[in-house]
Amino acid sequence: MNGFEAPTIEYGQLAPLLLVFGAACIGVLVEAFAPRYLRKSIQVPLSLLSLIGAFALVIVQVARGGVPTTASAMGAVAVDGPSLFIWGVILVLSLGAVLMVNDDGHFVASAAAVPGSADEEEAETSGGAHTEVYPLVLFAVGGMLLFAASHDLLVMFVALEVMSLPLYLLCGLARRRRLLSQEASLKYFLLGAFSSAFFLYGMAMIYGYAGTVSLPGISQAMSTGSLMDPLLLLGFSLLGVGLLFKIGAAPFHAWKPDVYQGAPTPITALMASGTLVAAMGAVLRVFWVALGNLDWDWRPVMWVVAALTMIVGAILAITQTDIKRMLAYSSIAHAGFLLIGVMATFEAAEKNAASLSAILFYLLVYGFTTVGAFAVVTMVRDPGGEAGHLSRWAGLGKRSPLLAGVFAFFLLAFAGIPLTSGFFGKYAVFAAAVSSGTQTGDSMGAWMTGLVVVGVIASAIAAFFYVRVIVLMFFSEPAADGPTVVAPSMGTAVVIGVALLVTVGVGLFPQPALDIANQAASGLFIR
Amino acid sequence: MSPWLPILMAVPVLGAVVVALLPKGSDKLAKQVTLLVSLVVMVLTLVMAVQFSPRGDRFQFVAEYNWIPSFGVKFGVGVDGVALVLIALSVVLVPIVVLASWNDADGVKTADGTVIAPKRSVKTYFSLLLVLETMMIGVFAATDIFLFYIFFEAMLIPMYFMIGSYGGAQRSYAAVKFLLYSLFGGLLMLVAVIGLYFAAGKGTFMFPELVGAIQDPATQKWLFAGFFIAFAIKAPLVPVHTWLPDAAAQAPAGAAVLLVGVLDKVGTFGMLRFCLELFPEAAKAFTMPIVVLAVISIIYGAIVAIGQTDMKRLIAYTSISHFGFIVMGVFAMSQVAQSGAALYMVNHGFATGALFLVAGFLISRRGSPYIADYGGVQKVAPVLAGFFLVAGLAGLSLPGLSSFVSEFMVMVGTYSSQAFGSGGLAVAAIVSAVAVILAAVYILWMVQRALNGPTAESVKGFKDLNVREVVVLAPLVALIIGFGFFPKPLLDVITPSVQHTLTNVDVKNPAIAEKGAGE
Repeated sequence: MNGFEAPTIEYGQLAPLLLVFGAACIGVLVEAFAPRYLRKSIQVPLSLLSLIGAFALVIVQVARGGVPTTASAMGAVAVDGPSLFIWGVILVLSLGAVLMVNDDGHFVASAAAVPGSADEEEAETSGGAHTEVYPLVLFAVGGMLLFAASHDLLVMFVALEVMSLPLYLLCGLARRRRLLSQEASLKYFLLGAFSSAFFLYGMAMIYGYAGTVSLPGISQAMSTGSLMDPLLLLGFSLLGVGLLFKIGAAPFHAWKPDVYQGAPTPITALMASGTLVAAMGAVLRVFWVALGNLDWDWRPVMWVVAALTMIVGAILAITQTDIKRMLAYSSIAHAGFLLIGVMATFEAAEKNAASLSAILFYLLVYGFTTVGAFAVVTMVRDPGGEAGHLSRWAGLGKRSPLLAGVFAFFLLAFAGIPLTSGFFGKYAVFAAAVSSGTQTGDSMGAWMTGLVVVGVIASAIAAFFYVRVIVLMFFSEPAADGPTVVAPSMGTAVVIGVALLVTVGVGLFPQPALDIANQAASGLFIR
Repeated sequence: MSPWLPILMAVPVLGAVVVALLPKGSDKLAKQVTLLVSLVVMVLTLVMAVQFSPRGDRFQFVAEYNWIPSFGVKFGVGVDGVALVLIALSVVLVPIVVLASWNDADGVKTADGTVIAPKRSVKTYFSLLLVLETMMIGVFAATDIFLFYIFFEAMLIPMYFMIGSYGGAQRSYAAVKFLLYSLFGGLLMLVAVIGLYFAAGKGTFMFPELVGAIQDPATQKWLFAGFFIAFAIKAPLVPVHTWLPDAAAQAPAGAAVLLVGVLDKVGTFGMLRFCLELFPEAAKAFTMPIVVLAVISIIYGAIVAIGQTDMKRLIAYTSISHFGFIVMGVFAMSQVAQSGAALYMVNHGFATGALFLVAGFLISRRGSPYIADYGGVQKVAPVLAGFFLVAGLAGLSLPGLSSFVSEFMVMVGTYSSQAFGSGGLAVAAIVSAVAVILAAVYILWMVQRALNGPTAESVKGFKDLNVREVVVLAPLVALIIGFGFFPKPLLDVITPSVQHTLTNVDVKNPAIAEKGAGE
């Protein structure tokens, strides 16, 4: 008896995760050993196939009906209904992002060359390219998958770093406006490291309180221990800061506009969709599973955060002049709407399924619309790269009615106009919140309806800036030397097409998507 | 299950797809297809309407399909008398508008003779028009409140593009103002819709099942407020009316007709159907402030109309005054007043529609919406001037023209209302009667300045109405005169439906009615 037991790993359940990480490792080896001219033609199919394969594995697992009811890998990873749903969504969205990455002209030829130097010029003329982008994206995606499914805080922290580190790097690789991109990268890294430290510190305190880092273990410790222990309260506050930073909730949102603007647009799309989805999964797990017994404590705090996030996101978006910054603030506002859903908890835990389903559904529809919108952004270009400034978009409706029409539709979906998917997403979380507030004896009671009112006011403000872009595109005179709309590559066209199809289809017939979300949410999280 | 309403809603939207898919350069074909589709819809609706039996069930031609079971939402449609006449109004106006806007989408002429080119193609305009028609039918036909909300919000989008892409110089400002006002009201209503669903706890949004479901007075008041603000913005009632003059003045004449003639009616229709029947106690509690607001709208709209220099803005302000009458009639809680209000919704659609169109024809000849730029049109274009006069007289509710009947019913019904004891609202009726005089001022003064007097230099070359324009106006004038002398067919359909409303308002809470009477 030397006290060491080989861990049991449920390889079948973790297969999607392992496939993505495995492909990422192979990608690194390809970078090391394959000749330069072959790399791209290996990396692209490798990335796409691994993501498709992982998605297929998720489907197989769901189709077999074998959704586990206990945590896998010695209680480290929870492959439950919500996890599988989130995995499926992240995999499809990142597939879209990879298709956009594949499009030429987004990434710098040589990241090490100083912007504006002769080195840079040489790298560009010699056709250099960083194919490391693909394995980096795969690592980030793998991190996202693990982040949303981690069952203890330590795994969650590791996943957080695996997800974030490649993203910090990727943010700095934009081909155009490189200083902006490098600034974004550094800012994201510094603030991200800071928030990771918060997360780690909070985790340590909670460990001090509960004697375990496992989420259900913490919940159990709280059911017997004191709920007023300063270690617990401080610990969960710090943990909350770390997590809210990742979803970009106010007042931890300051990084989002800078990073979204500076990063290459395909990476922005990945962050705006995949990272948000994964981080929401982690937020739900921590707040519902580990801190479920403390909800009378965190719900009022979350109320303020959610209200602030929606209002800040919506109001600051109005003042933006750059399309990507505007979408970043819009993403902040949407994080606020999602937090409304996070607050919609019930005394009887099994009722939470409805709220969980609402959040999952929201993530699905928002993710698709976001990727589609950023894909459109990549197509509108100036000689110096993407036409970021909003004034450049004037009259696009005349120049290129189809593209402008599609983009307008995405914007209407963001604004939550009926007959788009965004409306039903918003409706679902609003309804969940009101429903939670009307349960007898709810500690928040009418405040929940109040939050929904704040939500609709924020929606109305947000509608203003979405509509402003539509006005620019359709009702303004086109600029004489306006941007050109490049013919989309196959990949980008597919991304926009699928995103449009989902936005329209779910907007008209949301029931199938709701069924999937309901089914995923029915079992709630493994405890 | 009756297929009538789903078919009526499907035909225009399919037509819209066909029109949108027509190849470039086939503008004329697009117009013809749109006209054909809208005429088909009109005929179908009239065929359906004659099968409506006023003494039968409240909701007829009912169809229900499961749409989103997870949310408890059904695709539920059906019409009562009021909904039927409003659908009829919509489908009659659409072909008229199509014909009237034959050249609207080609650009708008301004006072200095320059033409503001439209931003989008001609076929897009007509395609939007047909999409709008589907939504107009849907919003009145919806018996599921969620479905009603969807149409209520979604119909803003085609109208937004019609104003913003084809309107006058200030079009984008007007379009955005219109959209944001309506959207804001709609979002408040969304909160109320969600609240209604959970407070009623019935797991459905079907209107008939939700009547009487909310008993708690405080809940009723909150939900009532959510619905009412949305409808008040839509109607529009002072003080949330400021978007209408801008939107109506900037919209092309055809779109303005649908905006003021039909879209705004959704607000008053919603008050009558939803605010009163779902929240009867709250409706009674708020009756006095709302009637006061309505009277303010009546007088304020009329006075401001007198001061307008722009014809379209003037007509928009007269509509605010007329909507005040409709709202007063709805909340007077008497059968005569409510029937009058419902009838007014239809008559106002025809009268104001005619006035907008004839003013639009006049404006298209000169390019200027300002009254001061005209004078003595009567001598050069007598037919135009004649139609203008008739439409104007309908606007001031001259006896013998249809608006008179409804305005008279609203005032009599309000005067004799028992809502606050016998004659409790008499003062409101008396004050609102002042608007009849003001109406004569704003209409006749406009007619005098624009049509009579010496012929202005700029007017000399005017052509009179062409055949198309006469074909557009003649049916409207026929309807105005016809229903002026013989409103019975409309009233026969409207009255039973209004009785249902009053029954639902009264019978649920007889105690309140007595309390109200005792005050």
